[in-house]
Amino acid sequence: MVTLQDLKRVTDYEWEIPQTFRPDMRVPVRLFATRKMLEDVMKDKSLEQAVNAATLPGLVGHVIVMPDMHQGYGFPIGGVAATRLPDGVISPGGIGYDINCGVRLLGSHINFDQVKTQLDDLATALNQHCPSGVGEKGVVHASDAELEAVCRQGSRWALKQGFASEADLRRTEESGSVEGADPAKVSKRARERGRPQLGSLGAGNHFIEIDMVDQVFDPVAASVMGLEQGTLAVQIHCGSRGFGHQICTDYVEEFQAVVHRFGIHLVDRELVCAPLDSPEGQSYLAAMRCAANYAFANRQILAHSARKAFEQVLAGKLKDWNLHQVYDICHNMGKIETHIIDGERMKVCVHRKGATRAFGPGAPELPDEYKPIGQPVLVPGSMGTASWVLVGTETSMTQSFGSSCHGAGRLMSRHEAKRNVRGEKLRQELESSGIHIRAGSMAGLAEEAPQAYKDVNQVVEAVVGGGIARKVARLKPLAVIKG
Amino acid sequence: MLPKFGFRENAHTADWELEVWAPDLPGLLEQAARGMYTLSGIQLQPGIAQSRTITLQAADAEGLLVRFLTELLWLEQEQGLGFDAFSIVVDDYYNLRAELQGCPLAHLDKEIKAVTYHNLKVSNTAQGLSVKIVFDV
Repeated sequence: MVTLQDLKRVTDYEWEIPQTFRPDMRVPVRLFATRKMLEDVMKDKSLEQAVNAATLPGLVGHVIVMPDMHQGYGFPIGGVAATRLPDGVISPGGIGYDINCGVRLLGSHINFDQVKTQLDDLATALNQHCPSGVGEKGVVHASDAELEAVCRQGSRWALKQGFASEADLRRTEESGSVEGADPAKVSKRARERGRPQLGSLGAGNHFIEIDMVDQVFDPVAASVMGLEQGTLAVQIHCGSRGFGHQICTDYVEEFQAVVHRFGIHLVDRELVCAPLDSPEGQSYLAAMRCAANYAFANRQILAHSARKAFEQVLAGKLKDWNLHQVYDICHNMGKIETHIIDGERMKVCVHRKGATRAFGPGAPELPDEYKPIGQPVLVPGSMGTASWVLVGTETSMTQSFGSSCHGAGRLMSRHEAKRNVRGEKLRQELESSGIHIRAGSMAGLAEEAPQAYKDVNQVVEAVVGGGIARKVARLKPLAVIKG
Repeated sequence: MLPKFGFRENAHTADWELEVWAPDLPGLLEQAARGMYTLSGIQLQPGIAQSRTITLQAADAEGLLVRFLTELLWLEQEQGLGFDAFSIVVDDYYNLRAELQGCPLAHLDKEIKAVTYHNLKVSNTAQGLSVKIVFDV
């Protein structure tokens, strides 16, 4: 068990669990958090899980944990770990079941004052256009051939179908299409689950939110992103639905049978893994990329649906109701990237589970307009609280494999949240504070109550204090659509 | 004193942890299934029961547990079926045959994404077997 005494202070925002903490650790663990936040972290098993993750073969640098960390399964949520190519491992549990769960932010030139009486209509229209909730099917029921195309092309497929613009793709991580996806590595079951769900939000902590740009901290960066104070923005948070869940399930199971062949000792079977250069590792990578592309296409279709909802309500009332893409980021992914580690430039597989890529200025992976300012980092808060737009920094490239936080991070179990919060009462409280709510389940709403999460402002202070991100703008919620 | 078999939810920050106990492995599998359905808030439609047979093989008890529950999730999410009568046989080599009786779902509160292997260990106790299962939700 890790205690506060085991942590070595690096700065006020950076802490380390040395490699000597446990003999099976291959690298140290580096945490971004304030001391006060660490006291909360000690209440669950996040740090024990981070230490377990630090035992995987082929790790380089540190296992990094973000301030929104909390207990997960295998890896902690908020974890980042990089393994060297070609013989380091890839761990499906280090990426998560909801492969390429992520966030998309759309900006607008719609002033809050122009539409404040129409927010309820906008919430209703979004709820009607964007299918959400348990078991809900998507906007598109894909054929086998269409699913294969989605697997290979992601948002590029959505563009061909009229769901996207070139500008959308340019402002999406990986341009919305990861290379190396191979549908032949995806099971029949995953295909069956994926076909009917394309263009759906799902349930749980997934949401669509209308926000107002509440405060701008970096006018230059905000201007490049098209974010103006007092204007509306839309966030979409979801992933690869049952398609990704099934792919991860399939490979966690398959790897259980072969992991011993590679001589890998696991401290937790959910950390099961295979060398990146093994046939098993390559198969998972190719299947995971299919799910990543599915998730990009899924969020793209939802963005198209959100635009239709805005058009339905605002056409004829405003000159410009367009929603432009600010950025789309992944926070559950395994990516092959090049980083400088201990002075050596090397190719690594970066596992981000509940962590966002946060490349600094000049990164060649960024669209031209974002190269001077760094990659947008989207940090949704808990329901009813602020969300943040940040950018990656030069420091994130050297300290965290170009990564930052992904949200507020849970503090309270779902069971405890439901025991302490009544969904209907919460809905009334949020409505009375001016936030329009559309939710499929009051129990589900209670689970996602703001008090079940950390203070997102403190999370942002920790990543900014640690130098791995910079503030651009804060968003204030106006309407939330949940499954 | 706890009854001979049962389940309860333990606190977990983000996901669900189910603690299950029973005198033997078939009983443990049944209680785990009932516990999973309870956590999901499943209600079955009244009417004519439907039956399904599941046959599985695993290397150990933990693998069998994950594969059995994963199979039930598949039937729940893709065929809309839940089960409330179980006849489960497991041999010494972890071959499972389960005869299930159930009905289409009338209601489902919450979907489970996956059954995980996180710290999964079927333990021997004075009363039989126990296990803690973490579900990704």
